[in-house]
Amino acid sequence: MTASALIIDITLWGSVAILGFMAWRRGRVVLVSSVREGSMDFINIVPRIALGVIGSGYIAAVIPPEVITGWLGPDSGWFGVLTAVIAGAATPGGPVVGFSIGAVALKVGGGTPQVIAYVVAWALFAFQRMILWEIPFMPARFVWFRAAVSVPFPFLAAAIAMVIGKP
Amino acid sequence: MIVIGALVAICAALVWRRDGIDGVLNILTHDLWLFGEIIPRVLAGCLLGGFIAEILPHDKVSRSLGPESGLKGLLIGTAFGAILPGGPFTAYPVAAALLTVGADFGATIAMVVSWTLIGYGRAVAWELPILGTDFTLWRIAISLPIPVLAGWLGRVVFVRMYPKGEPS
Repeated sequence: MTASALIIDITLWGSVAILGFMAWRRGRVVLVSSVREGSMDFINIVPRIALGVIGSGYIAAVIPPEVITGWLGPDSGWFGVLTAVIAGAATPGGPVVGFSIGAVALKVGGGTPQVIAYVVAWALFAFQRMILWEIPFMPARFVWFRAAVSVPFPFLAAAIAMVIGKP
Repeated sequence: MIVIGALVAICAALVWRRDGIDGVLNILTHDLWLFGEIIPRVLAGCLLGGFIAEILPHDKVSRSLGPESGLKGLLIGTAFGAILPGGPFTAYPVAAALLTVGADFGATIAMVVSWTLIGYGRAVAWELPILGTDFTLWRIAISLPIPVLAGWLGRVVFVRMYPKGEPS
């Protein structure tokens, strides 16, 4: 286990302990019912997470990474931004993969607005995170709604980047 | 979930055709390992969600994050998403808990989008080392208005789509 994973686990369980203590101060009934509520959610979610984790590995294996870097061509204007957005949503794997592809694209001469659009689109729509986390936990209607209203924003970020110029 | 299950089955079949049974088993063991690592965090996230749903006073949440909360509600959602510790295993259960205690879609969208775009966890752990400080800070600066705008757009569309409130 890496140090950052350990820090995450400590903050996470620390927050659980603090909120649990606050619930207990409200009375035993509050504590018991919130723990029961949380555990029921957990039990309901485990099979979906199982499908998400095990399934997304296969989906990721089918998409070759070269396809995605290929899409992030060098200075390609709005068409480049559009392909960057699609590539961001289609990028499999966790943050290492997403950011590394962004870094590679910058190195091989991809335009900064396109890479910004890619990273923002990846943050907003990466299909693996949506399948694995967002859909199991949130009401389905919320997820589709959230994704739909997020569509303009990678383009907006690219537009701002084009106007302001390079960092 | 059925669609995802079918998609997974198709992709697993493709992997099997390409790499044979070894490829399929490799991915399976790797993912099972990942699953074991994730599960305790999922439990922690669900407990957090449960506590938040019980502790936060519903009337207060719906006042400060509900449909009538205006720009302030979107800003609170954005700030909350930006400082929330942990990964997706905390963000989504907590967001779901906020929805149940009276936050509207707009404020919750602001929170989720803020967590993915300006949350410090992923930026510090991954983006800074891989993409460099200049790019990361610049990307975050450009992203700052997005959660509020997305939440606002969410509210506008929501009111048009469901003028009588959320169907159940």
